[in-house]
Order: sequence, then C-alpha cells, then structure tokens
Amino acid sequence: MNSPVSAANLPKPALPLLGIAVTALILAVVFASFYYLAFNPLDLFTVRAMSSIGGFVGRFFPPDLSAGFITKVAQGTIETLAISAIATLLAAVFGLLLALPAANRFGRPAQQAVRLILNFLRAVPELVWATLMVLLVGLGPFAGTLALALHTIGVLGRLFAETLENRSQAPARALVLSGAGPVTAFLYGTLPDAAPQLLSYVLYRWEMNIRMATILGFVGAGGLGQILYYELSLLHEPQAATVMIAMFGLVMIVDAISSKMRRLQIHAAG
Amino acid sequence: MCQTFRMALHPLDQGPVESSEMQQPVRRDPAARHRLTSLVLALLIIWPLLRIAQFDPAVIFEANNLEVFGNFLKQFFPPQTSQDFLLLLLKAVIETLAMATAGIALAVVLAVPLGLLLSHSLSISRLGPGPGRRLGQGIRTIARLLLLFLRGIPEIVWALLLVRVFGLGPAAGVLALAITYSGMLGKVYSEILEASDTRPARALLLAGSGRGMAFLYGLLPGTAQELTSYTIYRWECAVRASVIMGFVGAGGLGQLMDQSMKMLNGSEVSSIVIVFLILVLMADAISFFCRKLLA
Repeated sequence: MNSPVSAANLPKPALPLLGIAVTALILAVVFASFYYLAFNPLDLFTVRAMSSIGGFVGRFFPPDLSAGFITKVAQGTIETLAISAIATLLAAVFGLLLALPAANRFGRPAQQAVRLILNFLRAVPELVWATLMVLLVGLGPFAGTLALALHTIGVLGRLFAETLENRSQAPARALVLSGAGPVTAFLYGTLPDAAPQLLSYVLYRWEMNIRMATILGFVGAGGLGQILYYELSLLHEPQAATVMIAMFGLVMIVDAISSKMRRLQIHAAG
Repeated sequence: MCQTFRMALHPLDQGPVESSEMQQPVRRDPAARHRLTSLVLALLIIWPLLRIAQFDPAVIFEANNLEVFGNFLKQFFPPQTSQDFLLLLLKAVIETLAMATAGIALAVVLAVPLGLLLSHSLSISRLGPGPGRRLGQGIRTIARLLLLFLRGIPEIVWALLLVRVFGLGPAAGVLALAITYSGMLGKVYSEILEASDTRPARALLLAGSGRGMAFLYGLLPGTAQELTSYTIYRWECAVRASVIMGFVGAGGLGQLMDQSMKMLNGSEVSSIVIVFLILVLMADAISFFCRKLLA
C-alpha cells in the first residue's frame, strides 16, 4: 500500500493568492513612495554623486583632537549625562505622583483625566517638547531637561500605574486597617513590593534618555547635539567628527552596560 | 509560644493588650539611618548634576517668559484650518509616509544580505572542521561591526549630515532612515534566524545544499512571520522618526512644524501637532492590524 513519495503524488499546494496580492500591494506602495519623492536610489551610484559624497566625507578627516576641543566635547558629554539623569529623576518623581490617580486610587474621573494627560505627554515626541521648552526657558540644557522630563513623565506614569495596579494590595490594606495613614500605608505597604519593578523601568528610560539627550541639542536644548549642530553650521567638519565619535562612544557604552545588566536580570524591562 | 496560643484561643480578650505591647518597640522606622545616609549621598551626586543641567525652575515663572509662551499657547486655539494650509499639511503627511516607506524599503534591501551573512545557522564552515572557518568568522565580525556603526548613530544625525550633501528635502531623510534602520533590522534579522529552529537548514546544508537554498527552504518558512512582523513594527517607528527628522530640514511634517515654530505661529503648530498625533495613531493601527493578520 505504501506508495513511494515523489513530487508527483504530493498534494499540489494552492496558489497563495492573498500573499501574492499583499506582496504586489506593498511593492506598489514602495514604488509609489519613491516616485512621489522623486528619489531614485540608483542616482547615488553615479560618478558625480559618489565624488560629492566622497568629498564631503573627506572633510571630516582628521577629527580635531586638540586638547581644548576634547575638553569642550567632554563637557558636552557630561552635560548630556546630567540632562538625561535629572530629567529621568524628575520624571520618576512626577510619574509616581501621577501614577497614583492613574492606578485608580482616587476614583474613576481622576483616573480618566490623568490617563489623558499621560497619553498626551507621551504622544508628543521629545524633540517637539524641546522646541516648546526652548521658547519657554531659552536655549540651553534646562530646556532639554524639561523636554525629556515631560515626555518621560508620560511614559513612566503609565508604566508605574500598570505596576501599581498589578501588585497585591494586601500589605497596604493591612496597614490601613491597623491604623496607618494612607501615605504611610503606601510607603511601607505598596512601595517596597513594587520598587524593584519601578527601578527597572526608570533605568530603562534613563538609557533611552541618554540617547535622546545627545540629539536634543539640534533645537538648542544643550548637550553634545548643540555642539554638533553649531560646528556643522560653521562648516567645522573636523570638530563635528570629534563630537560624533563622542556620541557614538556614549551610545556604545550605554548599550554595553545595559545589555550586561539585562544579562544579570537586574533590569528585565528593556 | 504560650502567648500566641492563648491569643488564638481568645482573640477578643487579648487583642487590645497585645497590640499596645507590640507597637511600643517599633515606633521608629528601623531603617531610618540607612535611608538617611542614602538620601544624603544621592543629594551629593544630584547637586552638581543640577548645576550642570542649569536647573532653575524660577526661569519658568518669570513674567516675561510666561507672557511670550502664554501668547504662543493662546494662538493654539483655534487651530489653523484654512484650505491652503490644510493642503500643505496633506502634502506633508503624504511626504512623511512616503519617506518612512521608502526608507524602510531601502533598509530591508541592505539588511537582508547583512543579516544572512551574520547568521550562524547558515554557515557551512561551522558544520564541522574544514577550510574557511577563519574566513567566515572574519567576515561575520566585519558585518557585525558594520551593523553596529550603522545603528550606533541616530537617524537624525545622519539626516543632519546628509542634508548638507543632498540639500534640504526628503532625500536626506530617506537615506538617513535607510542607514540607521538597516543596522537595526540586520541585527534583529540575524537574531531571529538564530533563535528559530535551525535544524532543517542544518540538515539541508549537511545534505549538500547551498546557503541560499538552505535559507529559503530550511529557515524562511519558520521565521517569515516574525521577520515580517518586526519589519512592520520598524515601519511604524520610521513614521515617527521621519516626522522628527524634518526639524533638521529633511522634509515632511517636521519641516513644516519647524517653520511654523520659528515664525511663532501657534495656530499652525497646533494643527500640525494634531495631525501628527492622528498620523502616529494611524501608523500604530495599520501596524497592529498587519501583525494581527500575520499571527
């Protein structure tokens, strides 16, 4: 009864019509996009384009490694770190304050209102907040700090609220029933249980914020980005190259630390 | 021991006495000293950071600053809805979507070969002792470093640089997206290919098939869904990113917002922000729908 397996007696697969249609649609959209933008990637491979790219890249070498400029870049790096750290800290504090109503501790209407605020804070990107904050407090790192903090409050507030909702309420309730005030009950009943999770979210956002703080300077909000933007607009390419090396190094170091920590299971969030 | 036993027998009798006895020694926070030390240490670290970040909340509440900003915010209502401006907005939205799509398409074209190159599960030299092992390892190291470099620099930095070569407009944005996202996609593609069931591909390689066939028939069937789903997710990210890149002149909605912001035209800014939020929600929905369709 065993018929030998060969291509002839295998059931013929049905033609994947849906797959073909979707693939065709995607290809059509991609070609339409290039057509709309009047951008042909093959134009990059002409001699003229290649030589202009080559000439542009050449101007970045050698990077400016004079002591004076290195010091400036080092200061920019520290400023970037400071912006990200303070912004994350502010966001953690205000995020926690807003997470309480968002986790339905003060009734439904408060929860809905605060959730709306958090969603809005999160939906507007950091760079847009930065342009607004530059308008409010002027150029400089403080604008960047506020911008990052506003966006991060939205992100952390929501994550914190989810954490608080998912944790057991029993310890806090026990404290309240034995006569503790609501603040004490939160600090000693809820917070110790939730703290590791909250901390891991904060570290994860700090990592993202370091990345973000390097580029907020493009709109004048301090840090390495501001130096890069400034040097490039003065056509100081060797200096710009140094700043880019610093940016790259900073991102790599943060990446390495975070992947190491993730391997150690300290921050499971990212 | 004896006391707890009694308490269990007559909880009501012993209750009040018991609780007053138990509360006495733990009036103070036992960890108070530890907490205080940590707080002081934290403040010592945070203080210089606050100085470097020029942290000064008083600036926000200066009458002059508040007035300028308040006037700007007042213009947000009502948003600009003149026909000319809405037409401009529509064009910018289409441009943003086209930038994201074209950028991701180019990124996929770059990322697929790099991801395949990097993936251990398609390495013939790794099957056993034989020639080419060191060469393979060398090539993989180079590919890994290349991907690291591509994704290590944020797309907006690439955009800022490329605007200087290609002029203001979407071309710089598309290429910037292609560069950074090819780095991200290539890395994740290779990770997906290695985390899947690699035995079919290995069997094909052992039976003498080429790497291309081993990928198409051994690896792709099991991973296509995840690969596609990640690519769609990245498209969603690219839509957000292409809005942002306009701030350095790379076209799309961001460039429009930058212009309106510089002219302090609040009503235009508020229209753009609303459209941006809708666009992001839409991209979210499309991406969610596509991924659900795949699952």
